[in-house]
Amino acid sequence: MKELALHILDLVENSIRAQAKRIALSVVEHVAEDRLEIIIQDNGVGMDEVTLRRIWDPFFSGQKKKVGLGIPLFAQVVEQCGGKMEISSKPGEGTSLKAIVQRSHIDLPPLGNLPETLALLVVSHPEIEWDLRHSVNGREWSFNSKEFLSGMDLEEVSLMYPHLREWFQSQEDNLREGSPHEN
Amino acid sequence: MRIESVEDLKKIREEARKKALLREGQAEYKVTVYMGTCGIAAGARQVMAALLDEIGKRGLKNVLVTQAGCIGLCDREPLIGIEKGEEKVLYGDLTAEKTRQIVASHLVNGQIIGDWVVHAERR
Repeated sequence: MKELALHILDLVENSIRAQAKRIALSVVEHVAEDRLEIIIQDNGVGMDEVTLRRIWDPFFSGQKKKVGLGIPLFAQVVEQCGGKMEISSKPGEGTSLKAIVQRSHIDLPPLGNLPETLALLVVSHPEIEWDLRHSVNGREWSFNSKEFLSGMDLEEVSLMYPHLREWFQSQEDNLREGSPHEN
Repeated sequence: MRIESVEDLKKIREEARKKALLREGQAEYKVTVYMGTCGIAAGARQVMAALLDEIGKRGLKNVLVTQAGCIGLCDREPLIGIEKGEEKVLYGDLTAEKTRQIVASHLVNGQIIGDWVVHAERR
């Protein structure tokens, strides 16, 4: 994957397929400490211990297919970048993923188009409560989809896509304002 | 309009609701974007963004966009499926630009772009 945002999209798809009703995603950057954290928490069906051990295997999938590459691909990036990833899960309660990597590592893909990724996720699944947060050096923006999208159906929310992407983009621009250009 | 605040976003939400209410009956087309790991790595996000962008710009109210996982044609990703009644067309090897052309040709004018079709069936 060329962008971390694409990995995020792929990982969050797992939460969606696990029938999550609420998904919280945080991207936290600490420039001085050279650290980037990605945290995804859902209240989906969760996994038992056996499944949890097997998800790191690219030839295991929780669905009816032969491969499950999302977690192994991301795990490889995390490892290459001197980071670590933890996944905890309980059946019936949900799953939590936390990855920490060295932010300036030469093998770390750029964050990429986070506004597009987040806007697509929100409009594709308006039935899910999205709790999104991006923080850079303590400055942050956040978005909770509940107050905007409750009661709207899929076709109604689709019309919101360009506006939501623009809103997320403006929030990202504010976040980066005044800081040196990177990536 | 340029969105300057959360209030602007709420106004747009209301406009989107009103537009959707003008729609008559059920959606004519159902478009499925395949967003498995293979699809995402090949460019499915850009395809879906182009699709929603074009539908929004053209104000198409008869299209329902959904997502699905991998369908096993990983080497032809990004793929989208377009269903209308009993007809189903699967387009492959897509780019954002091709997707915009599919919206104009297939969803607006009802013309299938044969060169990009991977599979077509009538149930």
